[in-house]
Amino acid sequence: MSLTRADVEKVSLLARLALTPDELDALTVQLGEIIRYVQQLGELDTRDVQPLSHAMDLTNVFADDTLLPSLDREQALANAPKRDAECYRVPAMLGDESSR
Amino acid sequence: MSLIELTAAQLRDGLAAGRFSAQEITQSLLERIERVDRSVGAFLRMSPDAALAQAAASDQRRAAGRCLSPLDGIPVALKDVLCTAGEPTTCSSRMLANFVPPYDATVVRKLREAGLVLLGKTNLDEFAMGNSTENAALGTTRNPWDARRVPGGSSGGSAAAVAARMVPWAIGTDTGGSIRQPAAFCGTVGLKPTYGRVSRFGVVAFASSLDQVGPLARTAADAALLLEVIAGPDPQDATSAPVAVEPYSRTVAEPLESLTLGVVREQFGAGLDAEVGAAVERAIGTFQALGGTIREVTLPHSGYGVATYYLIASCEASSNLARYDGAHFGYRTDEAAMGRAVADQQRQQGADAADDDGDSGLLRMYRQTRAEAFGPEVKRRIMLGTYALSAGYYEAYYLKALQVRRLIRQDFDAVFGQVDLLIGPTTPTAAYCAGEKLDDPLAMYQGDLYTATANLAGIAGLSLPCGFTRSGLPIGVQLLAPAFHESRLLRAAHHYQQRTDWHTRTPELS
Amino acid sequence: MNGTPYTTVIGLEVHVQLKTRTKLFCRCSTAFGAAPNTQTCPVCIGLPGSLPVMNRQAYVLALKTALALHCDIPACTKWDRKNYFYPDLPKGYQISQFDLPMSRDGYLDIGDPQGRFPDRRVRILRAHLEEDAGKSMHDEVAGRADSRIDLNRAGTPLLEIVTHPDLRSPEETKAYLTELKLLLSYIDVSDCNMQEGSLRVDANVNLHLPSPSGTIATPIVEIKNMNSFRAVERALAFEAARQYQVWQETGRKLGDVPKQTRGWDDQAQVTRAQRHKEESSDYRYFPDPDLVPVRVTPAEIDAARAALGELPAALRDRLVTTYALDRYDADVLVNQGRPLVDYFEQVAAQCQDPKRASNWIQQDVLRTLNERGIGIAEFAVAPPVLAELLRMVGSGTLDTMRGRQVLQQMVDTGSDLATAIAALGITEMSDEALVTLCRELLAANPKIVADVKNGKQQALGALIGQARKRNPNADPTRVRKVCAELIEEM
Ligand SMILES: [Mg+2]
Ligand SMILES: [Zn+2]
Repeated sequence: MSLTRADVEKVSLLARLALTPDELDALTVQLGEIIRYVQQLGELDTRDVQPLSHAMDLTNVFADDTLLPSLDREQALANAPKRDAECYRVPAMLGDESSR
Repeated sequence: MSLIELTAAQLRDGLAAGRFSAQEITQSLLERIERVDRSVGAFLRMSPDAALAQAAASDQRRAAGRCLSPLDGIPVALKDVLCTAGEPTTCSSRMLANFVPPYDATVVRKLREAGLVLLGKTNLDEFAMGNSTENAALGTTRNPWDARRVPGGSSGGSAAAVAARMVPWAIGTDTGGSIRQPAAFCGTVGLKPTYGRVSRFGVVAFASSLDQVGPLARTAADAALLLEVIAGPDPQDATSAPVAVEPYSRTVAEPLESLTLGVVREQFGAGLDAEVGAAVERAIGTFQALGGTIREVTLPHSGYGVATYYLIASCEASSNLARYDGAHFGYRTDEAAMGRAVADQQRQQGADAADDDGDSGLLRMYRQTRAEAFGPEVKRRIMLGTYALSAGYYEAYYLKALQVRRLIRQDFDAVFGQVDLLIGPTTPTAAYCAGEKLDDPLAMYQGDLYTATANLAGIAGLSLPCGFTRSGLPIGVQLLAPAFHESRLLRAAHHYQQRTDWHTRTPELS
Repeated sequence: MNGTPYTTVIGLEVHVQLKTRTKLFCRCSTAFGAAPNTQTCPVCIGLPGSLPVMNRQAYVLALKTALALHCDIPACTKWDRKNYFYPDLPKGYQISQFDLPMSRDGYLDIGDPQGRFPDRRVRILRAHLEEDAGKSMHDEVAGRADSRIDLNRAGTPLLEIVTHPDLRSPEETKAYLTELKLLLSYIDVSDCNMQEGSLRVDANVNLHLPSPSGTIATPIVEIKNMNSFRAVERALAFEAARQYQVWQETGRKLGDVPKQTRGWDDQAQVTRAQRHKEESSDYRYFPDPDLVPVRVTPAEIDAARAALGELPAALRDRLVTTYALDRYDADVLVNQGRPLVDYFEQVAAQCQDPKRASNWIQQDVLRTLNERGIGIAEFAVAPPVLAELLRMVGSGTLDTMRGRQVLQQMVDTGSDLATAIAALGITEMSDEALVTLCRELLAANPKIVADVKNGKQQALGALIGQARKRNPNADPTRVRKVCAELIEEM
């Protein structure tokens, strides 16, 4: 699997990164090299190997359903790049806001 | 002896004996920082007044007989990836240059509760991604032993600050070697605890299944003291281990059991610098002299560690860093300028050109914000991770990496059935020159060759000074221990330091 | 079906908000209606460094629901991240469940006592836990202006219940939703309030058309933004008709075009295509490294199942077998919720007349509850009192009409049975008084007397109304009997 400039462009949209033509060129080369390098894992037969996503074998870590204080609104909105008295503000979005 | 030369344990004893005050310590360190940090650049931010106020409060507690802990009044520096309530936490990224968290990381809370003086926040590779601290957007850190060289990374600021005697110890984080590698480059002790040993709550995530917080110090004894403060289960971190904290500060000095140390043959092959190899061999000899038995072992999959690490870390990072999109906190692109650019583009390409692909103002804001505020290495890893997780590639890359991760862990499980600790080089080379590997990511990634597997397996690892190159650069030896055997690791390191003086040398700084 | 040349094929994704005090991964309140951005913390606004910790109660409620839906519960379930950018999703990913959901392969049976559609077993594909997003508010008037984001709802626990495409009409779909809502209320896991967003429905719809070469399927369309069961019914009816028209115009089959998402416009009563980018479906799911798996033992599952209590379907069956109610009556009672059924069972047991209890509760009691907008818990007449009243009616001590008046009196005044009866002046007429009354009636109605004498017994009915006018305590049965005897003697 080799990486094309179009692949990189598509990934940059998925990753929400605007890349300049120069960045696209450079990343096509660099990511291509990295991808080739990590493809060495393909040498290993892992058909019967269970993936390991956590380094520790913990299960069932829960918290009680007990209310704790929330941030007050000023604290919550303090870092907002743009806000009004009550809400975060972002550029208008397309589509709906139904359940996803 | 000047206060800046004292270890944390010596400061503790001096404070207890009333030989000096917390304010005097903080004052000395602030003066030292004032004098030398211009050339080192370890700190991103300091607040001398706040530090002195904390020290004064500590002195009052001590006078009243109400110390919060024996370490009350000892300063500590924090890698700027740990959240500090009401104070900026930037991750050395333009993205978070103005971010002020409303809460403390659990580790920070524990340090405050023990009465430590928070001296300042240290530099790092942006979002802890890198091993030279050259990817830092908000500062430049140099190796205190040679200003042309990098301090290592990503906890380069913390390692440099400790090495340059600007603080007795510091907190770092280690995802693929980010504590141990800069510790080796700067000539300090650096401990990556077992995954789950220290809470990650409030530690800005790079790769959540690999990140771990740990101490950098001049001695293993100090590292033990600091680990004892920060370790322990945390109800706010579901991945913190329900394992009791050992009294590391006591167990560190207990007599050293007769240990079997495993030497991993694969770690002495191609790529290892000869001087580094020789120093590590000498360190192995020292451990033999301390009563250790050396056994050669093999970690057959360790050669796949770097590839596995970069896939997993980048996949997790691509998701962890999705929250930096300019919507709720952090940097946002100048929307007015963005609007003008769109208008210009439309004038040139005809109306609606920009909107044709459903490219909303929101999408532009996201992409522009992230393009402007992330540095090249962060972008590279986000791109790699996004690609590796995307439809059609998940199995070949991410899933494959998780399977190899299991094989790597099984390697460690097998060798720890035969030996108590593993010993080998921390890094393939000593500190390299700034800029040397900046344009060659793959070469840079090889710097994690000996360290990243410990993160993949979740085990504990420590780097300690074991010599110098002919050009005067520190060399680190790495010890690895099974999960939750930090006390064994620290004890071995401590006894080594009782026999050697590498850790007592101080870089010459003006 | 329904005389259309096609079959409508419908599958549902229902998001149910679980009744917890706090959110799925932090301890902020889930209460509805708070001022914007006052119920958030570093975790649910996704601040750097924050970490999720799973709410135990959310898992308990999800497990209950899954068991009530007859789902299989795998021994191990885990958390995954669903990655996409949206301003109501502060972390840039939603914590959900992908390939190891906490439950799968269940079913919910639906039926219609009125027989408008056949009994059907709707298969549940899976039910999984996930966190809700925040709320975006669009300023339509301002056009290209900002959207405002309230993150109070972000992190609220949802159970997403996904069916197979087993539903065949808007009516069946409504029946499924009604039955699901009833089930959830029986096991007390959700408020199911669509207005407050605690139950949300998305539907996947297409048509199956018969053809000589086998069934042809039209492209599947996902419908969103349906804010009531009624809206669901209407949207589905509209969409089926629309798809048939499109089919006739274009002949497009399943697979010819990508899956479309359409939103229901309740004002205009139409579905409209929603714009969304093609790449948005690449969610890059992967296991959330911040959370650990949940393991559950067979013993724990059994205990949870045993604690479920009687579910609506079983309850209907029992009412039919135990009380000899017909299916329709059992349905009406059960569909009112468990408290009403409990009320019925107490009345039925105490008056020994389930049929009468069922009738009175369905008519008189339910009417009162509806008129007053109250629940059975607030109903003024306790089960033993209603039972006593029904016994008096059953034994003829009170006639039905007087019985109703007594019940109304108790409801209106909150008085006990005896007081209500006294207040209405109800006393039993003596035989003497009754005979006197009947004599007067016969004297005043020679035509009726003649009719009866000529064999028209039913003419007596007119006398009963007159008798009650003269004396409300006149028992119709006795009036009829005495009058008949007197005419006989004449
Ligand atoms: Mg969902
Ligand atoms: Zn919260």
